[in-house]
Amino acid sequence: MTARESSVAHIENVTQRYGKMVALDDVTIDLPAGCMVGLIGPDGVGKSSLLSIIAGARQIQSGRVIVLDNDMADPRHRAEICPRIAYMPQGLGKNLYADLSVRENIEFFGRLFGQSRAKRDAMISELLWSTGLAPFSDRMAKKLSGGMRQKLGLCCCLIHDPDVLILDEPTTGVDPLSRRRFWELIDQIRARRNGMSVLVATAYMDEAEEFNWLVAMNAGKVLGTGTPTDLKTQTSASSLEDAFIALLPEQARRGHKALQIPPRRIISADPVIVARDLTCRFGEFTAVDKVNFTIERGEIFGFVGSNGCGKSTTMKMLTGLLPPSEGEALLFSKPLDSSDMSSRYRVGYMSQSFSLYTELTVQQNLELHAHLFHIPAQRAKARIAELVDSFGLKEYFDQRTLDLPLGIRQRVSLAVAIVHEPEILILDEPTSGVDPLARDRFWEILINLSRNQEVTIFISTHFMNEAERCDRISLMDSGHVLATDTPAGLVKARGVATLEDAFISYLEDATRQRATAPAPASPNKADETASPTPQHPLFSLQRLLAYTIREALELLRDPIRLGFSLFGTTLLMLVFGFGVSTDVNNLSFAVLDQDQTPESRAYLEELRGSAYFIEKPVIANEAELLSRLKSGDIKAAIEIPPNFGLDIKRGRPAWVSALVDGAMPFRAETIRGYLQGMHQLYLADPTIYTTALAAPPPSNIEVRFKYNQDFDSIYAMVPSNIALLLGLFPAILMALAIVREKELGSITNLYVTPVTRIEFLLGKQLPYVAVAMANFSLMLLMALFVFHVPLKGSFPILLVGVLIYVTAMTAYGMLISIFTSTQIAALFGTAILTVLPATQFAGMMTPVSSLAPGAQIMGRAFPMTYFVPISVGAFTKGLGFADLWTDLVALAVFVPVLALLSVLMLRKQER
Amino acid sequence: MRKAENIFWLGIKELRSFLHDFVLLGFVVYAFSLAVVMQARSNSQELHNASIAFVDEDNSELSRRIAHAFLPPYFQLPQQIVEKDVVSLMNKGKYTFVIDIPPDFEQYVLARRHPAIQIDVDATAMVQAGLGSGYAQQIITTEVADFLSHSEGVKLSSVNLDVRIAFNPNVTTAWFTTVMGIINNVTMLAIILAGAAIIREREHGTMDHLLVMPLAPFEIAMSKVWANGLVITVAVGLSLYLVIRWMLAIPIAGSIPLFMVGVVIYLFFATAIGIFLGTLARSMPQLGLLFMLVYLPMNMLSGSNTPLESMPSWLATVMEASPSTHFVLFAQSILYRGAGLDVVWPQFLAVAGVGGLFFGFAILRFRSVAAQST
Repeated sequence: MTARESSVAHIENVTQRYGKMVALDDVTIDLPAGCMVGLIGPDGVGKSSLLSIIAGARQIQSGRVIVLDNDMADPRHRAEICPRIAYMPQGLGKNLYADLSVRENIEFFGRLFGQSRAKRDAMISELLWSTGLAPFSDRMAKKLSGGMRQKLGLCCCLIHDPDVLILDEPTTGVDPLSRRRFWELIDQIRARRNGMSVLVATAYMDEAEEFNWLVAMNAGKVLGTGTPTDLKTQTSASSLEDAFIALLPEQARRGHKALQIPPRRIISADPVIVARDLTCRFGEFTAVDKVNFTIERGEIFGFVGSNGCGKSTTMKMLTGLLPPSEGEALLFSKPLDSSDMSSRYRVGYMSQSFSLYTELTVQQNLELHAHLFHIPAQRAKARIAELVDSFGLKEYFDQRTLDLPLGIRQRVSLAVAIVHEPEILILDEPTSGVDPLARDRFWEILINLSRNQEVTIFISTHFMNEAERCDRISLMDSGHVLATDTPAGLVKARGVATLEDAFISYLEDATRQRATAPAPASPNKADETASPTPQHPLFSLQRLLAYTIREALELLRDPIRLGFSLFGTTLLMLVFGFGVSTDVNNLSFAVLDQDQTPESRAYLEELRGSAYFIEKPVIANEAELLSRLKSGDIKAAIEIPPNFGLDIKRGRPAWVSALVDGAMPFRAETIRGYLQGMHQLYLADPTIYTTALAAPPPSNIEVRFKYNQDFDSIYAMVPSNIALLLGLFPAILMALAIVREKELGSITNLYVTPVTRIEFLLGKQLPYVAVAMANFSLMLLMALFVFHVPLKGSFPILLVGVLIYVTAMTAYGMLISIFTSTQIAALFGTAILTVLPATQFAGMMTPVSSLAPGAQIMGRAFPMTYFVPISVGAFTKGLGFADLWTDLVALAVFVPVLALLSVLMLRKQER
Repeated sequence: MRKAENIFWLGIKELRSFLHDFVLLGFVVYAFSLAVVMQARSNSQELHNASIAFVDEDNSELSRRIAHAFLPPYFQLPQQIVEKDVVSLMNKGKYTFVIDIPPDFEQYVLARRHPAIQIDVDATAMVQAGLGSGYAQQIITTEVADFLSHSEGVKLSSVNLDVRIAFNPNVTTAWFTTVMGIINNVTMLAIILAGAAIIREREHGTMDHLLVMPLAPFEIAMSKVWANGLVITVAVGLSLYLVIRWMLAIPIAGSIPLFMVGVVIYLFFATAIGIFLGTLARSMPQLGLLFMLVYLPMNMLSGSNTPLESMPSWLATVMEASPSTHFVLFAQSILYRGAGLDVVWPQFLAVAGVGGLFFGFAILRFRSVAAQST
C-alpha cells in the first residue's frame, strides 16, 4: 500500500518557464508519503506549478517527476495512476460547475471515474453526510458560500477514493470559521483513510503550523524543508512567518522592517462616510442587509469577512456604482448622488480585480488617469514623479502592467487610485494574492496616507493580520455586520486571545440558528465495499455521458442561451424565408417616349402589362433620365427615339434603347433578361405583325424549369436557409462551449481525470447535436406549414443528412475553439470562418462548380456545400438515396476528419 | 472642453489596447484584404462558369454551331450526354442547363416548320437559372437567325432593342461584391469590437473604475465610438485604395471622400449598436448569440445579397429602418453612380438618426451594467 512508500512524489531538476518568467528553477525535492505536506510561500513563486505537475495537469518541460512510483512524463503511466490522485485547483471551486447542484457535481466526477451507480450513491451520501452538505444537495454550486463550495470541491476530490489529495490554496478567501472546519474535516478523513497523503499549498502561515512537513518556496526555488519546528529552529524565529522571511535571500529582505503603526491623531471627528441601513437586493437575494457604520476623517476602517459576504457590494454602493435598494449613504455629509461629478474628484477607488489597463505601461496608466482627472500638465508630471518615487516604481515605469508581478501591479493600482490626491480611498481587497513582504510595504504607504495626509481609508480584507492594523473594523457575514469596534475592543468583548478567535465566536453566534450542526462522522460503510478498484478502459461510454449530462444540464439552466439556440434559428428562418429571395420584381422603370405614336405606345404596352415592372412618372428629357437613374428612383429607363413609328411603317430598322442601373449586377442582368424576353413577346405578338412586318421566329425555344415550375425562389431558398442556419448556430454554440471550460478553469477536469480527449469532445458535442436536431424539427415544420414548401423527396435521407451535417458543423466549431483561448476570439473566429463561406461559397446562391478556383476550394472544404444539395434535393427536387448518396458520403467524411484533427490538437495537459 | 478631453484620452487608451491585441488585429487585416479579394473573385452574382450539357440528337451543322456558341466565362464548355442520363445527372446537380436538340432540327428550321428546342433548367440554382435561361435563349435565337441569314439571307427583324447597362457597362460583379463585402465587414467588426470592448471592461473590473471617476457614461461610450470607428475607417480607406483600386484594379466612379463620410456616419451607428448589445449581454456567449441575431438579418436583407425589390413589402418597410439598407443604397449611389451629397443626404440622415437612437439606449443602460457585474 501507499503507506509503505517512503515518498509520494520525487521531483528531480524540474524547471518550468512561461515566456520569460521562470516558475520553477531546477527544483529537486522528495515529498514524504502518508502525511500532510505543506507548500508555503507567496503567490507566483511556483507552488501551483509544482502541484499541477504532480497532479499531471501540466506538462513537464524539463526534469523528472515520479509520483507513486510512476513517471509522470509517460502518458500511459499517467493514465494508470490518475485515478489514485485527486486534485483541487486554486480558486474556489474552479473545477466545479456553477450551474449544477451539489449532488450533480459529485455525480459528474463519480461518472468520470467509472463508478457503478450503487457505489456512487453510497459514496455520495457518505461524503455529503460527513461534510454536512447533505441538507444542501439540491442547491446550485453558484449559490453556495465560499466555505460550502470548498467542501463540495473536497467531496468531488474524494469520490474516487484517492491515495493522494492535492489541494492548491483550498482556504484562500474563506472565513476563519469555515477554514477551521475545513481542516477538521481533512483530519477526520485522514484518520479514516489511513495512509492518504495530502499535499497543500497555502499562503496562510498559521495553517502551515499544523502540517507535518513543509516546503518553503520563493522565486521558483525551494528555500527550506522540514517540520514547522525544524524551520523555526533553523532560523531561530518565533513564528513561521518570521522564519519564512529569514529564509529569504538577503536581497529580497533588504529594507524590510516590522510594520509600525503610529497612533491616529484625531483632528476632527466629523464623519466622512456614513452608511444608514444600507440594503442591496438582487432579485430575491439580499446581498447586503441593513448595514450601518460611520467613518471619520483620517481613519483606516476595515471590512472583514469571507468572499461573497457583501463587502464588495457595500463598497459599490458607497461609490455610487450600485443604487442601494434601501437606506442611504452619505459622503462628506451629503447624500450620495451618482450624477455629482465634483465629489468624484475627492474619491479614489481600487476594485477587487486590479483595475488597470494591462496592455498599457505604468506610465501610460498613470498619465491616463491624470488626464481624466484634469490635473494640469505641469502638476501631473510632478505628481507622477513623486508617486513613482515613493512607490518604488522607477524600474517598471516603461513596462506593460500585464508583465509585472502581482505585488508591483497592486502598488501601481494604488498609485493610479491616488494620482488626483483624493480625500477618501476605497480599496476592495487590495492585497489578496500578494506575498507578506509586499503586503507590508503596501501598508506602509497606506499608513503614511492616513497618518500624514489625513486620507480616510476604507479597506476590505479577509486577512486577519491586516484587519488588526485597521483603526476600526466591521466583521461581516452573509450581508450582515456582526460587530464594529477597534480590533482590540472586539477581542476584549468576546474574551478570547486573538482577533480570529473573536471573529469565529461572532460567526458561531450568527450561524447557530441558520445551519445545522456539523454532522458527526459516520462509520464508513462505503470503504468496506470498495475493494475492487473500478476499471479504466480506453474508451468508456459512462465518462462520455458524464460530459453529455453535465453539458445538457448547464444548457437547460441557462434560459437565455437555450432560448437563443432554439428560437434564434426559428426567428431568422422566418425573416430569411420571406426576405432572402432571388425573385426580382416590383422593378421601377420610367419611359422617355419621344415618338408618341400608336407604334411606340404598342411597344410600351407590352412592358406595362408585365407583373415584374412598376411604372414611375414619365421622363421629360435626357438629363432627367440620368439623374433619376443616379438617385435610384428608377432601375431602368426605356427610351423610344423620334420617328420610331415612321421607321416601322417604312420597314426601316427601328431601335428602342433601354438603360439599366448596373449598381447591382444581378438585378441589372435580370432586368436585361426580362426586357429581352418582353421584346421577343412583342415580336411574336400577332397583333404586331401587321405593323411590324416581322416574321415569326424560325425555331421555338421551350424552357422547362425543372423541380420548380413557377421558378419561385422560395422553393430553393427555404431549404438553403435551413442549411445555412443549421450550419452557423451549432458551430458558434459549440465553439463557445469548449473555450468556456478553458476560460473558467474547469478544463482541469480533462487534465487530471481518466476521461480521454475523444470522450470529452464527443460528450460535449452530443447535447449540441440534439439542440440542432430540435432546431431542425422546428424549421421543418415552418417550411411545411408557414412557407408551404412541400417535402417531395425522402424524409429518412433528409434526416440522416441533417444528423451528419450538424455533427460535422459542431465538429467544425469544436476545431475552431481548440485553437482559440478566449471566448471573444472563438466568437469572432467562428463568425468569420463560417458566415463568409456559408453565405457566399457553399452553393446557396451559386453552384460551387461555377465559383472561381479559390472560392471553390473554400466552398469544398466547408460541410454546408454538401448539405445544400441534400436539403434542396430532398425538399424541392424530390430525390432519394440513389441521387444523394455521394453528397451524404462526402458529408460523412468531414465528421471523422474534423474529430481526428480536434483530438490531435486538444492537449491532455496544460503547457 | 473637459468632456472632449476625456473622450480623447479614453479613446487613446482604447487604441493602445487594440494595437496590442494581435489576434484581433489579424482578423481585421484579413477581413479587409483577403476576404475582400476572395469575394471579388467569387463571381457569385453573375452568370459565370455555369455547367451545361447537350443532348444533340440532330448532329447537324446548326446543332454544332449552337453548342459552340456557349462560351466561357458565362458557360463551362458544353458536355455531350445521352438522353437517358439527363434525369439522373440533373438530379445530382451535375448540370444546371441541359439543351436538347431534337432530330432533324436543322432540316425543319430550313423547311420553316418551326421546330422546338428544349432547355431543361435546374430551377433550384436560382441565380444561374434565371440569368442563364435568358442568355441561352438569346444565344440560340441569334445562332439560328445567323444560320438562316447566312444560308438564305433572311433579314433581321425590323424592331430592335438595345439594352445598355449604366454605371457598370460590363456588369462586372466584382465591383459589387467587393464593396458589399466591405460593408458587411464594417457591420460585423464595428459591432463585435465595440460590444466586446464593453464586456471586456466589465470582466476586468475596469468599467467600475471608470464609472467611479468623474466621467459621464456619454464620454465613455463616445470614446469607444471614435476609437473603434477610427480603426475601421482606416481599414476601409486602405481597403478601398489598396485592395480594390490598386490590387483588383476596379475603377471607382464616385468620390471616395464622400463615401468615407458615409462610412463614418454608419460606423457611429454600428459601434453604438455594438455598445448597446454589450450592455445588454451579460457574457461573451450571450453577446455572440445577440450578435448573430442582429447581424445576420442586417447583412442578408440589406440589399447587398439579394435585391430589396424582391422582399415582401412589409419586410422591405421594416428593413427601411435598418441603417445597413441605407448604407448599401448610398454606397451604390456614390461608388457606382457617382452621386453627390445632394442625392445621398437623406440616407446619411437616416443612418445618423438610428445611430443616435441606439447611442441613447446604450447610455441609459450604462448604469445598470455596473449593477450586473457582481
